[in-house]
Amino acid sequence: MKVVRAMALAFLLVLGSASLLANLLAPSTYAEQFRELPNAPPSSKHWLGTDDLGRDRFSRLLYGTRVSLLLAPVAALSSTILAALIGGVAGYLGGRIETTAMWITDLFLSLPWLFLLVAARALLPLNVSPHVSVIITFGMLGILGWAGAARVVCASSRSARDSDFALLARASGVKPARLFLRHVLPNLTPALFAQFWISIPVFILAEANLGVLGLGVAEPLPSWGSLLRELENYSAMGSQPWVFVPLLLLVAVVTCFQLVLPKTELPA
Amino acid sequence: MYNGASAAVSLTIKLKRWRTLLRRLSMHLVKLVATALLGGLLGATLVRFAPGFDVDVRELDPRLSAQTLDELRQQRRADNNIARFYSSYILNLMHGELGFSHSLNQPVRKLFAQRLPVTLREIAIGLFWGWLLGLALATSVVVVHAWPTDIVASGVSATLLSIPAAVLALIFVFLRAPAGLAIALIVMPKIFSYSRNLLRRSYSLPHVLTARSKGLSEIRVFLWHVVPTSGPQLLALMGISVSLAFSATLPVEALCDVPGIGQLAWQAALGRDLIVLVNVTVLITLMTIAANTASDLIGHSLAKEA
Repeated sequence: MKVVRAMALAFLLVLGSASLLANLLAPSTYAEQFRELPNAPPSSKHWLGTDDLGRDRFSRLLYGTRVSLLLAPVAALSSTILAALIGGVAGYLGGRIETTAMWITDLFLSLPWLFLLVAARALLPLNVSPHVSVIITFGMLGILGWAGAARVVCASSRSARDSDFALLARASGVKPARLFLRHVLPNLTPALFAQFWISIPVFILAEANLGVLGLGVAEPLPSWGSLLRELENYSAMGSQPWVFVPLLLLVAVVTCFQLVLPKTELPA
Repeated sequence: MYNGASAAVSLTIKLKRWRTLLRRLSMHLVKLVATALLGGLLGATLVRFAPGFDVDVRELDPRLSAQTLDELRQQRRADNNIARFYSSYILNLMHGELGFSHSLNQPVRKLFAQRLPVTLREIAIGLFWGWLLGLALATSVVVVHAWPTDIVASGVSATLLSIPAAVLALIFVFLRAPAGLAIALIVMPKIFSYSRNLLRRSYSLPHVLTARSKGLSEIRVFLWHVVPTSGPQLLALMGISVSLAFSATLPVEALCDVPGIGQLAWQAALGRDLIVLVNVTVLITLMTIAANTASDLIGHSLAKEA
């Protein structure tokens, strides 16, 4: 199992590096059009052919991977920080604050995730520049994805608060804020790391879903969601199997993220 | 004398159980009402402060007279006060009025009446097949105890978990398969992984190990010892699976062209029809909480019986 995990991690690292080096590796930019070659099949010049606007699919895949693979962890980090603040503080303080915080968390959890995302996306302006749409999409994921993690962090924080070392620190006169920051918070690190790691594939899939529905990253900037929109062209599905490459890459990446996470840290 | 005393004790236990059940039910009902009120307030606030609230496309219509334009502006000015906006929203809600969809030019209540049965049907099909496939796969993995079965089932489940719901919907359109089955394939992996872990845990319980060591057949062990232990916990998953199925309806209905609530939410999002979106979100939240309440209460009473 360790070998499989190492291989999955290596794959993610190679892919992440390749997407970072997209400027050097890609034969063209993501928006460059080869107008004489729309819907071209794979060739030595265009490894994955070109799309209906004549843009190189391989270049767009590399740049799209950069957007999805690098920004999903940023969104996961923001949601984990929010979860640490909400869940950690609620679990540490306990009482009515914890009850109220967990009630709000439960409310968030009972909202179907995609409906929540679509409603939130619709509340924000839809006709925006591609870069603003990236910030909106991943920012929204980061802000709305805290609830599941907050529940786990709250339980960990509660158990750290009730532990012997916290009791000893309190008896030694350590102030509550210092006790939380110096003693409780460091003990939440394993739970926070697991939640951060779990959130990444969830956010990658959410962005892909929003992209296919036309509510994700705006054109011409590519992301896995916008690249998967090509599958809406049903005639291409049968005759151009290379349009499935972004989907295969997405499945491989999400599977790798699931494999890298140690089994002991998986939620029940 | 002895019989009378034992009957009294059993009656007291039954009454206690009913009292606990009623307390749980009332707590869930309070939660449901509070959610509706809070959801309404949140929704109304979001609609009020969303960009473009002050803009009415009808004002661009050159056929409207100055008087009509003035009336439209006055009507909007009244909505600017959030407290007034919320109170009128709740008041209308109590009268069954959910507002008017500007993008579809129909009352929201009428849209719900047309589309909700369609969504419920798709969800019922999806949940039925999702549970059947998930449980069948989990049971076969746990009962057969063979690693190839486990690898194949886990592989299928992991692959389905890694495919975005929207892409699965597109594949179903391409294959011309029923949309309900797409929902089933979205729900199935979660049910499989949860029930497999639960059944494995039940199989390692001391009384199950004893039953197996005494030579009871696998089917008898499964039906008489494993199912009663894991049943109530599996029921708890029912509520979560309803939420998952609702979430899946959005891409599936939107892309498979099924005229349900999911498609309505998608159309409302693209047309920025915020009143429809808020109502859809509140409705689905309430239905999810109701499903969670039902599964919690049934699971609780079953656990007590066991």
